[in-house]
Amino acid sequence: MKVNFSVYRYNPETDTKPYMKAYQLDVPEGSDMMVLDALILLKEQDPSIAFRRSCREGVCGSDGINMNGKNGLACITPLSDLLGKGDIVIRPLPGLPVIRDLVVDMAQFYENYARIKPYLINDGLPPARENLQSPEEREQLDGMYECILCACCSTSCPSFWWNPDKFVGPAGLLAAYRWLADSRDTATDERLAELDDAFSVFRCHGIMNCVSVCPKGLNPTKAIGHIKSMLIKRAV
Amino acid sequence: MVTNAATFGRSGVHDYILIRVTAVILTLYTFYLLGFFAFNEVNYLSWTSFFSGMFTKIFTLLALLSMLIHAWIGLWQVLTDYVKPVGLRLACQFGLMLIAFVYLAAGLSIIWG
Repeated sequence: MKVNFSVYRYNPETDTKPYMKAYQLDVPEGSDMMVLDALILLKEQDPSIAFRRSCREGVCGSDGINMNGKNGLACITPLSDLLGKGDIVIRPLPGLPVIRDLVVDMAQFYENYARIKPYLINDGLPPARENLQSPEEREQLDGMYECILCACCSTSCPSFWWNPDKFVGPAGLLAAYRWLADSRDTATDERLAELDDAFSVFRCHGIMNCVSVCPKGLNPTKAIGHIKSMLIKRAV
Repeated sequence: MVTNAATFGRSGVHDYILIRVTAVILTLYTFYLLGFFAFNEVNYLSWTSFFSGMFTKIFTLLALLSMLIHAWIGLWQVLTDYVKPVGLRLACQFGLMLIAFVYLAAGLSIIWG
């Protein structure tokens, strides 16, 4: 079975502007492969295609790309999900500067993650042994600690596209709530004070693009809702 | 913390609460007006007597004020998303808020004048 691809190409050293390049791949009938496998085969045809990949099993978050208009991880998206709708269109994650082909500059995304202080802050004396949590307290972190920072959610969010320097974005806010909900963290008020403005959290209007693309099945919109509730309870 | 002085509320929380409260008021006012249209024969007499009642006057004033606040916050959000040159954005915001204020002033003068 011949499968047609249209791949976003841009090399700032040689191209004046980005363009879409057509490729064709012969996929054996009755077989399925992941989009990442297809990209690796395309790279054999044309070694100049650049993309990131590492673990090839949906754990490292390196190969977030836009496939037929939807963000996802190439390594866990089966080709069969994208067939039957004409050419398979592969683009880099939207909203971030393109370094080359499918490789984007994630600096802004990481800055926003750093902004929410993604580490435990505890002013108390260090415990003699482990800092224990009850199973119920630990349960509060489920659905948040699993984030692999692939940026599929933030780069599918229009609020992040328009104000990436001010709105933290779904990935950063999911992580922010992970620390706000942690029973061992004592900096809740300081964390909330940093998020109290009209952009950082409140630019989320709950359109849930983040939820629809998250390859780990997480729900950043719900976490953002919890942060909004905490901010409102703190203010009124 | 991102600072901004062009929106109406003092903080993100303030904006969030104001835009929701004003939305509820505007919705209730819309139902109130629809109720008038549904249960009355609409002519000059019924219309003037409807708007001469103190309840309608105060509710209309409240709705006009809510419109101003709701439009201020909502349009500021839209403008900060889509209009990036600061001068143009502030000019647009000034123009739109001026129109909202004219609605308020005109409404006041029609109902209480």
